[in-house]
Amino acid sequence: MTTNPLLDATGVAKNYGAVAALRNASLSVLPGEVHALMGANGAGKSTLVKILTGAIRADAGRILIRGEARDVRSPAAARRAGLLPVYQEPSLIPDLDVLSNLRLTGTPVEPFRAWVRELGIPDLDIRDTARDIPLAVLRVLDLARALAVEPDVLLLDEMTAALPANLAEKVLEVVRRQGDSGRAVIFISHRFVEISALCDRATVLRDGETVGVVDIVPGVEERIVELMLGARIVKTHVAARTASQNAATSASRPRLGVRNLRVGTKLNDVSFDLADGEVAGVVALEGQGQDELFAALAGSIRPSGGTIEVDGRPVKFSHPIDAIRAGLAYVPGDRAEALAMQRSVRENIALPFSAALRNWGPIHMRQERAKVVSAIERLRIDTRAQGEVQRLSGGNQQKVTIARWIAADARTILCFDPTRGIDVGTKQEIYKLLRELAGHGKSVLFYTSELEEVQRVCDRVIVIFGGRVVDIFPVEEADEPALMRAAYGLPRGAKADVGILADPTSNSPDSTKPGATP
Amino acid sequence: MSTTAIQPVPFGRRVKRFMADRPLIPLIILLIILVVILQILRPGIVNERWIANTIKFAIPLAILAGCQTMTMLTGGIDLSVGTVATMSAFIMATQVVNQDPAVAFLLAMMPAVLIGLVNGIGVGVFRVHPLIMTLGTSLIGTGCLQVYQRTVIASGAKIPDFLAWLGTGVTFGFPNALLLFVPLAALIVFTLSRTGFGRLLYAVGDNERATRLSGVQYWQVITALYVISSVLAGITGLLYIGLIKAPSLSLAEPLVLPSVAAAVIGGTSIFGGRGGYTGTIIGALILTVLTTLLTILQMPEGARRILFGLIVLFVTAAYLRIVEER
Repeated sequence: MTTNPLLDATGVAKNYGAVAALRNASLSVLPGEVHALMGANGAGKSTLVKILTGAIRADAGRILIRGEARDVRSPAAARRAGLLPVYQEPSLIPDLDVLSNLRLTGTPVEPFRAWVRELGIPDLDIRDTARDIPLAVLRVLDLARALAVEPDVLLLDEMTAALPANLAEKVLEVVRRQGDSGRAVIFISHRFVEISALCDRATVLRDGETVGVVDIVPGVEERIVELMLGARIVKTHVAARTASQNAATSASRPRLGVRNLRVGTKLNDVSFDLADGEVAGVVALEGQGQDELFAALAGSIRPSGGTIEVDGRPVKFSHPIDAIRAGLAYVPGDRAEALAMQRSVRENIALPFSAALRNWGPIHMRQERAKVVSAIERLRIDTRAQGEVQRLSGGNQQKVTIARWIAADARTILCFDPTRGIDVGTKQEIYKLLRELAGHGKSVLFYTSELEEVQRVCDRVIVIFGGRVVDIFPVEEADEPALMRAAYGLPRGAKADVGILADPTSNSPDSTKPGATP
Repeated sequence: MSTTAIQPVPFGRRVKRFMADRPLIPLIILLIILVVILQILRPGIVNERWIANTIKFAIPLAILAGCQTMTMLTGGIDLSVGTVATMSAFIMATQVVNQDPAVAFLLAMMPAVLIGLVNGIGVGVFRVHPLIMTLGTSLIGTGCLQVYQRTVIASGAKIPDFLAWLGTGVTFGFPNALLLFVPLAALIVFTLSRTGFGRLLYAVGDNERATRLSGVQYWQVITALYVISSVLAGITGLLYIGLIKAPSLSLAEPLVLPSVAAAVIGGTSIFGGRGGYTGTIIGALILTVLTTLLTILQMPEGARRILFGLIVLFVTAAYLRIVEER
């Protein structure tokens, strides 16, 4: 390479107790490039990012910024060195308005506003309190705030996760232009579509080591997946669903029936059935009431109207325990919401066992162990760091949240975006698990923000738009363009030109499937 | 895997890792160091009688620190333990004059259960911050006790013999209080590690929302917890009156803040989710030995308190540094 890298990290290592999170990671970012950082779950991406941005310190390794050795001791030091991250979690302080948040970090206001407009939010009032702003917009504001100080290296962690398509589009456009202006972007994502559209090169991590740096050319996905997964994971598709599974159950009474459900102003009129042995997908753009639907079914909030029926009997939930007793288990999308992070894997999985008053007594340790171990094995949770759940990687944490309900043998699982921000390998495992559960007669309600997952997992799709069910259709018809149209509330089968809607799907959907073979 | 990669690790780090895996070791070492210092300053002071005496005084503190440990695990605190202990002690000493000891005992435990219940409902149902809630009930309790005192002023007070025996007696060199404390401590340790209730205390303190989603009803856990804490405090009061033998309206008050300190020194996080009772017991022993040590230094009271505070701060900070990883 003739140009000197803006950022050059070599031999970075970090241990947490006995677990090596990073062993020999390197990352070299050239000026003007968008560089993807990829890796399976637990490969060390987050650790490397935290080290680069000064959030934690490396045990070994060398970090050069513009050719100078820099010891990035704190996020402030990283900022001074021209390195700015945008994390998955929104970083604005919820109780301050946007303007005060900007002042807090010394961000110039006018460039910020310009970027916000650029990113597709024309009507932001910077006097709004951050708490009242929807999550998707907050993430965009985070990005605008970072862009406004013109960092040399911008670090984006799953930037488009949970963003609706129109915002994601704008974000990607801006990121691409950032590369053109001679700065560099480190782009962490699990979405191949974005990476192939956006990035120049990719660094792939596996087990805490950099295993390859590849140029992004058409067809490189295969190579990246190979690098990421190593030899461990056999590439398999979720087996095609047989019609018999559904036929057997369709005649009987539905497991869960929702009739004209309303929650506040967000959820207006939702009705659907969920049968035993079925995985029903819920597809909706950000903030269409799906959060409220799941919360109501989980007993977290009370609906303001309509009925929920379980096995044909109407139920009223006033606490999650009521839903759990009815066999409805909720797996929230945010892992931090579901896990006691300082406790062990075992205690987290066994948590529902102790919940009821009559189970407060001595624990039958052997029995509990057997249940927990079988759930761990079923989900293949990496238990090297099982002493504290917070030491596990995101994918493994997600598995723990699901394992809890496998161990508790819940009849219906409400999965809210369980694959957000986790790696391809774990996603595959989760798809397979959900199908298995359905095969054993359980039922699953599965909200996903990634449309391609629908065809892999679901039997049926329930599309929600503006708090109403706008369409329910079988999976055979649920290709990505159809889902996208439905999610925007457009009638199925309409051949009208849908402008921007057509764009995200113009990339061949096959390229997003790591297992696709020519 | 990383565990098999055996390479020379610096001695300091190896010690650190060893301590991090066994957080009790540094505490025990500190306790031994304090005792050795004491022996050096006053050769011969550390004998069988001194040890029995230290244990006797450490036990009430350790039980109250148990209340703090359990409430702190949920992210709470129980500042009413001092008042509750004082109330049960005072009521016992005054009622036993005219009543059957069993009846006196039940009367003595009544305010404990009541205050615990009020604390639990306040914290668990109405979500009052535990600090405020228990401070409030503590003040109310003290007020009630003052009113009560007027009604019994004529009848006088006496210390039941069995409480004196339990509080101060020594059998074969072992303080009798151990007969109460050992089963109690074992029960607390067992509850925390091997029962559903104990699990819930840790889980609630770590992530309340997660426990709710798992079907845990917060108010049940918290109410039970504060009742248990108060009952323990009440029992401590009875033991303590047997030890001190002079009922007063501020009998156990001086133990409240040391009980918090003992739990913190013992490694229980005040933010919840982390800690255990064995550490707390050693913490209580450390504080008791430290008090003896400062007493024999023959300093003015003010200097002694300053030193006590500094040592508690230093020990806690150092301990957290040793035990916390990274």
